[in-house]
Amino acid sequence: MRKEYVMGNGAIALGALEAGIRLVSGYPGTPSSEIIETIGKYKQGSVHVEWSVNEKAAMEVAASASYSGARTLVTMKQVGLNVASDPLMSLAYVGVKGGMVVVSADDPGPISSQTEQDTRMFASFCRIPVFDPSSPEEAFTMIQDAFDYSEKYCTPVLFRPTTRVCHAYASIEINETTAPRPYEGFVKDSKKWVIFPRLSFLNHAMIEKRNPEIGKDFSSYSGNTVSGTGKKAVFTGGISYSYAKEYLKDYPDVKLCKISTPYPFPEQYALSCLQGVEEVLCIEELSPFIESELLKIAGSHNLPVKIYGKLTGHVRASGENSADYAADILSAFLGTAANKGVDLSAAPELPLRPPVLCAGCPHRASFYAVKKAMEGKKSYFCGDIGCYTLGNAMPLDMVDTCLCMGAGITMAQGFHWMDPDSTCFAFVGDSTFFASGMTGVVNAIYNEADMILCVLDNATTAMTGHQPHPGTGKNMMGHIVDKVSIEKILAGMGVSKILTVNPLNLRESINAVQECTAIKGVKAIIFKSPCIAISKPEKQMAISDKCIQCKKCIREIGCPALITIDGKVCIDKGLCTGCGLCSQICPVNAIGGDCNE
Amino acid sequence: MNKDILVCGVGGQGTVLASKLIASAAMNLGNTVHSAETIGMAQRGGSVTSHIRIGDTAYSPMIPQGSADVILAFEPAEAVRNLAYLKKGGLVIVNSIPVKPVTESLHDTGYDGKDMITYLKSKCNCIVVDAMELCLPFGSTRYFNIAILGVAVGAGKLGLDAETVLTEIEARVPAKFADTNKAAFSAGVRVGAANK
Repeated sequence: MRKEYVMGNGAIALGALEAGIRLVSGYPGTPSSEIIETIGKYKQGSVHVEWSVNEKAAMEVAASASYSGARTLVTMKQVGLNVASDPLMSLAYVGVKGGMVVVSADDPGPISSQTEQDTRMFASFCRIPVFDPSSPEEAFTMIQDAFDYSEKYCTPVLFRPTTRVCHAYASIEINETTAPRPYEGFVKDSKKWVIFPRLSFLNHAMIEKRNPEIGKDFSSYSGNTVSGTGKKAVFTGGISYSYAKEYLKDYPDVKLCKISTPYPFPEQYALSCLQGVEEVLCIEELSPFIESELLKIAGSHNLPVKIYGKLTGHVRASGENSADYAADILSAFLGTAANKGVDLSAAPELPLRPPVLCAGCPHRASFYAVKKAMEGKKSYFCGDIGCYTLGNAMPLDMVDTCLCMGAGITMAQGFHWMDPDSTCFAFVGDSTFFASGMTGVVNAIYNEADMILCVLDNATTAMTGHQPHPGTGKNMMGHIVDKVSIEKILAGMGVSKILTVNPLNLRESINAVQECTAIKGVKAIIFKSPCIAISKPEKQMAISDKCIQCKKCIREIGCPALITIDGKVCIDKGLCTGCGLCSQICPVNAIGGDCNE
Repeated sequence: MNKDILVCGVGGQGTVLASKLIASAAMNLGNTVHSAETIGMAQRGGSVTSHIRIGDTAYSPMIPQGSADVILAFEPAEAVRNLAYLKKGGLVIVNSIPVKPVTESLHDTGYDGKDMITYLKSKCNCIVVDAMELCLPFGSTRYFNIAILGVAVGAGKLGLDAETVLTEIEARVPAKFADTNKAAFSAGVRVGAANK
């Protein structure tokens, strides 16, 4: 045994390894990405680890491995579960053989996501069990339990940590010698593994009969705990439990009930918690899931209990909970005073710090080139999911839409059909292109749309922490593999014009855009330059005496390395990477220095 | 030992390394440690915080407001932004040199951090450190994250001794930067000790 100080995602990974997983697949997405990275680092022997091309692929790779009897783990963020929902819904009907746990990390806030969807609702929609860990330590043991339940009931199981559990650190005791569990291999049986309406009908009936049994089973699950006694009870789960526990440590006369298995709901356990209770406060993030279940129970058992939460306005409907917010609603519920620190009156106005593209980011140059080339012409700029969504910020202002992974490519086509005289651009990153961009390009070619695809190829999955992808020539097994060429894919599809340019060469990039605007059909420009967080260029630009302080560089590109000190334009040496974009914009050639291009 | 320490700054200032060093040093002294960090989109030039909780009675990875013993602020406005976490009688160690947001370069509101420092001094105990001055011998303010850690240790506010932290620096910092980081840490310790 060895102690490791790990992130919650690391604890989930190590727990899955303890459970003897043989295969893990997933697609990066904050807050889930470090699970697969940790498994890549710690795995022993023959565990297959992969970043799949997207979440749907990950789910399907794991499904057949699980049919073969192996324990499998699939990881993604909550919006990734939308992509994987097609296989998951069907898999819920078919069932699995080897334990299969699907981690879908929720992001209340949202902090780094498009939606505040709740994976517990997804579990209820799929009719499969879900576990909700409240801390890294609990996640480590709970994911091992999740594998046992998956095998016991032959069903995929959801596991949904939230950002604060994923990114919290704690010490975990790990077993260094855990090997993958042996597996039997696939036993052919088309009545079992081939989904047909008849099978779905029979299995649906089986599932509806089974789930109340799982609820009963969960009623004695060790993660569903109760502490304290009294007429007031707090029902909670996930990270909110940790916040409530911290506040209630001085209040033993309040019942604290933790729901670790929200679906199928542990009704018998909840009923016993509600014994003698007159008022309940539900503290949970995202949907009022526990609250709704308690209302059903109170209704069907005719319990004289008042239940407060999101539905009654006692807890806010959206956004993230925090230790402070939990303390506020608990002090209102209990009539106690919240702990306050120093007096905060008369604070000066704080500067806002919206996230921005890094200094030297090649995406800034790509956006700027398109902006310059299209000045005064009617254009639509469809963005996508990744660092380059930040191209929306002033002064670039180059992202008109952003919806979901890969959507920019197809949305550019819709704009074209509504406004054929305009030029429609789609900006997509390399990893997003592989994940869900390719079908959109085929759609454009087949349906004769006019559009310009801009692939911002920085040779990594930057936003989620620089994971490799099919274009990088490396995989999670540590193998050097053939790079899948975006150029060749586009050529094979029949894209009429494909140009590859270095975005840090402004003239060349503007010319490429102008060349494409003159041609009908689907055109592509691949802006190729590595993410500076990986290539770490160490050069710096310098501003000479020729500078006339016109500040055009600052106004046009908004690079964080261009700052003003006492009203004068300066280069922040700690941030500048020498990309040289500003030197190509300066009207008096005052910016020189050590350019990395 | 029970201690709540909040580290805050702007993405890219090295708050994560500083908080990792505090956590591992405290663990090596036999403490239970929990921590939490900002990760993801906010890292890119946004406000970042790390919460470090030392002791057995910390159930949540996030420090409740009004509870932090010490705030290590790498930037003046970030100290004010997180002041609600400080307990009465707690200490703020703050860098006086501001990081201007990009929006500030576009629309100059004259933010220079000075109002923030005045405000902090009126509200709580502070040690104000000039990162430029402190890091001058090391050629870059990049070493400030280690230097401010030294200030906190030197002031005796983290419950950690300098030797333990130096061992962690050696273990966690790439060899070619280790000596400079150790020197920056020691320079910080001297400032902290002088402000005890």
